Amino acid sequence: MLADAALAVMWVGLTCYALFGGADFGAGVWDLLAGGAERGRARRSLIEHSIGPVWEANHVWLIFVIVMLWSAFSPVFAAVMSTLYIPLTLAALGIIARGAAFAFRKASTELWQQRLFGACFALSSLLTPFFLGTVAGAVASGRVPPGLAAGDVVTSWLNPTSLLGGVLAVVTCAHLAAVYLCADASRADRTELAAAFTRDAVASGLVAGVVALAGIAVLHADAPELFHGLTHRALPLVITSAVAGLAGLGLLLRRRFVTARAAAALAVAAILWAWGAAQYPALLVGSTTVTEAAANSSVLSAVLVALGVGALVLVPSLWLLYATFQRETPDQQSSQ
Amino acid sequence: MKHSLLAGPWVLGGYAADRVSEGDLAAARAQMGFSLAWHIIVACLGVGLPALTLLAEWYGIRTGRPEIRLLARRWARAMGVLFAVGAVSGTILSFEMGLLWPGLMGRFGQVIGLPFALEGIAFFLEAIFLGIYLYAWDRLSPRRHLLTGLPIVIAGTASAFFVVCANAWMNQPRGFTLRDGKVVDVDPWAAMLNPASPPQTVHMILAAFMVASFLTAAVYAVAMLRGRRDAYHRAGLFIPLTLGAIVTPFQIVVGDWAARFLADYQPTKLAAIEGVYRTGSHVPLTLGGVSDGNGLKYGLEIPDGLSLLVGYRPDTVVKGLDRVPPAQRPPVTGVHWAFDLMVAVGFFLLALGLWLLWAWWRRRRTGGELNTARLFLVSAAVAGPAAVVALECGWSVTELGRQPWIVWGVMSVRDAVNPAPGLMTGLWLVLVVYAAMTVATVYVLRRLARGTPVPRAPQEEDVTGYPVV
Repeated sequence: MLADAALAVMWVGLTCYALFGGADFGAGVWDLLAGGAERGRARRSLIEHSIGPVWEANHVWLIFVIVMLWSAFSPVFAAVMSTLYIPLTLAALGIIARGAAFAFRKASTELWQQRLFGACFALSSLLTPFFLGTVAGAVASGRVPPGLAAGDVVTSWLNPTSLLGGVLAVVTCAHLAAVYLCADASRADRTELAAAFTRDAVASGLVAGVVALAGIAVLHADAPELFHGLTHRALPLVITSAVAGLAGLGLLLRRRFVTARAAAALAVAAILWAWGAAQYPALLVGSTTVTEAAANSSVLSAVLVALGVGALVLVPSLWLLYATFQRETPDQQSSQ
Repeated sequence: MKHSLLAGPWVLGGYAADRVSEGDLAAARAQMGFSLAWHIIVACLGVGLPALTLLAEWYGIRTGRPEIRLLARRWARAMGVLFAVGAVSGTILSFEMGLLWPGLMGRFGQVIGLPFALEGIAFFLEAIFLGIYLYAWDRLSPRRHLLTGLPIVIAGTASAFFVVCANAWMNQPRGFTLRDGKVVDVDPWAAMLNPASPPQTVHMILAAFMVASFLTAAVYAVAMLRGRRDAYHRAGLFIPLTLGAIVTPFQIVVGDWAARFLADYQPTKLAAIEGVYRTGSHVPLTLGGVSDGNGLKYGLEIPDGLSLLVGYRPDTVVKGLDRVPPAQRPPVTGVHWAFDLMVAVGFFLLALGLWLLWAWWRRRRTGGELNTARLFLVSAAVAGPAAVVALECGWSVTELGRQPWIVWGVMSVRDAVNPAPGLMTGLWLVLVVYAAMTVATVYVLRRLARGTPVPRAPQEEDVTGYPVV
C-alpha cells in the first residue's frame, strides 16, 4: 500500500517532468529549427522569455524522480542505472551542456557566442529526451534484469522499443512546447508568432500521432507484454490520450490556445499513466514487482511525509513564481 | 555497532567485486571525485553568494549608495549563472550515484533516501525563489524583492545540510540492520542524523560562506591592485572580506571539533590524517612529512602534540593505523598533506581577518580610509584561491580518509562500483564536457564582471548611471 503510494507519487513526478521539463526540451528543439540568427530572432527571444524564469524549477522534477526511485525502490534504481549507463551518461552530458549553455547564452552578448551556446543548448535539447526515451523503452520492454549491470549494456537500449521511446519523446516534447508557446505568443500579442507556432504545433502533433500509430506495430512485435497491457488494462488511458491529442489539434486550429494546452498535457500524461498501468505491478518486467523492490515501510512513510510537508511549502511558492511572471510588468501595464 | 562491523572485514564482499577491473574502479573513483570536486566549488558559491548579494542589496537600500546596489546587481547575475551550472552538475551527481555506484545505491539507497528527498525540496524552493529574485527585480518593490531573496539563503543552507548528512552517514552508518546481507529495520531519521552529521554539516556550511566570501573579495582585490580603487571596488572587497573574516574563527573552532570527533568515532581516519601508525600515548604532532608505510618521515615533529590536542594531556592514547589490517588503511600521505594544507590556509585566513580588524580599529581612531596597502590587497587576492584549496583539501580528507570503504566498515568501494565494462570511456567524456563547461563558466563570469547590468529596473535608474571603470 505504502509502496503503491510511493510509486504513484514518483509517477506524478515523472508526469510533471514530462509536462514541464519536456516542454522545456521541446522549446530547445524549436530553437534549433528556428532558422538563421536573423530570421529566428523573434522566435528565439520568445522561447528564452518563456522558459528563462522557470527552467530550473522544471528540471528539479528529474532529480525528484531519481531520488524517489532510489529511496523507494533501491534495487530497481541500481539495476536500471547500471545496465543502462550508456544512454543515461549521454543524457546526463546532454543535461550539462543544455543547462550551462542556456545560462551562458543569456549572459553573453556577441553573436558568435550566442550562436555557439545556442547550438549547444538546442542540440542537447534534442538528444537528452531521445536518450531518456530509450531508457523508458528499455524498461518498458523488459530489457533490464535485476542485479548490477546484468542486462546487455548495448542492446538493452538499442532496440525497436527504445528507438520508438526516443523518437516519441522528442516529438512529444516538441509538440508540448509548440502548444505552450502558442499561448505565450498570443498573450504577448505576437499574432504572427502565434500563427507560426500553431503550424509547428499541428505539424508536430500529427507526427506524434503517426509515430504512435507505428508504435503499435513495433510494440506488438518487440514488447508483447507491454502491448498486451496497453491494449487491455490500460486501454481507456490510451484512448483518452488519443482523444485528447486530437481535441488539442482541433482547439489549436480554432485558436483556443489555453484549452489546447490542457488537452496536449492530458494526452501526454495519459500515455505515461497508460505505460505505468500496462506494466503494473512489475517494475522490472518479468522479474521484479513493486512489493519485492519496495523499501522498508519506515523509509516510505518518512519520505512521503517529508514530501507532503514539502508540498505545503512548495505549492504556494510555485504559484507565486508562475503568478509573478504570468502577470504583466508594471511598465507594460502603464503603457496600456 | 561500529566496532562489531569493523571486526568482520568486507562484510558485504563479493557483491559484484569479482567482475570489476582495476582500471574501471579507478575510472569510477576519478570520475566521482572529479565531478564532486567541481560541484563543491559551485555549490559553495550557491550557498554563500546569495547571502552576500542580499547583504549588499540591503546595505545599498539602507545607505542609498548606488555603487553597493550595483554590486548587488552584479552578484545576482553571477549567482544566476552559478546556480544554473550548479543545478546541472548536481543533477549529474545524482545520476552518477547510480551509474557508478549501483552496489551502494541498490543496497543502501533507501537508507539515505530521506536526506536526498529533503534536499530535493530545499533545492526546488531555492530554484523557485531564485527565479523570482532574478527576474522580478522590476516587478516588486525593493523591500519585497529583498524578502524574496531570503528563502534562497535559507533553502541553500538547508540543501547543504541535507546532502552533507548523507555523506556523514557514509562515515558513521546508522539506522539499519544487516541480516544475511539484506538491509532491514531501517530508521531513516537515525541514518540522517548520525553522529557525524553535526560536525560535518556545520564545518561544510561555514566553509561555503568562507569560500564565497573570500573568492568574491579576491576579484575586487585584484581589480584594486590594477589601480581601480573607486568606492565600487572598495565595497566589493570589504563587504565579502568582512563576512569571511567573521566566519573564519568560528570555522577553526568547528574544525577542531570535527577532528576531535574523529578521535572518538573514526580513529582510523584521524590516524591517517596525522600519520599515526602505532597506537599509544605521547603521540607527537607531525607537520608535513612522507609516509613510508610505517610512519611519517622528514616531517616537523611537535612532541606530545597530538595527544595534547586530542585529550589535553600528554598521556592521552591515540589509536593508530595498526588497529586495522594494511588493506583497510587510507592513503596516508595524501590525507595527511591535504589536512595540513587545509589547516595552514585556515590560519592564513584568520591572520587576514585580524589584519582587517586592526585596520578597521585604526581607522576608527585616526579616521581616513580603510587599509588598502599593497600587501593587504595581495593577501586578499590570494585568499580567494586559497579558500578553494582548503575546501578541496578538507573534502579530500573526509573522502580519502574513509578509503577503502564507501560506507565505513560496511561496504568497500570495490563492492559498490558498477561492474559494467567501459567506465573509462565515460570518464574521458565527462572530463571533456567539464573542461568545456569550466572554460565557459569562467569566461562568462569574467564578462559579467565587466558588462553593464541588465535587465534594468525602474527603481534602479540611479545604479545604471553609475560609472564603473
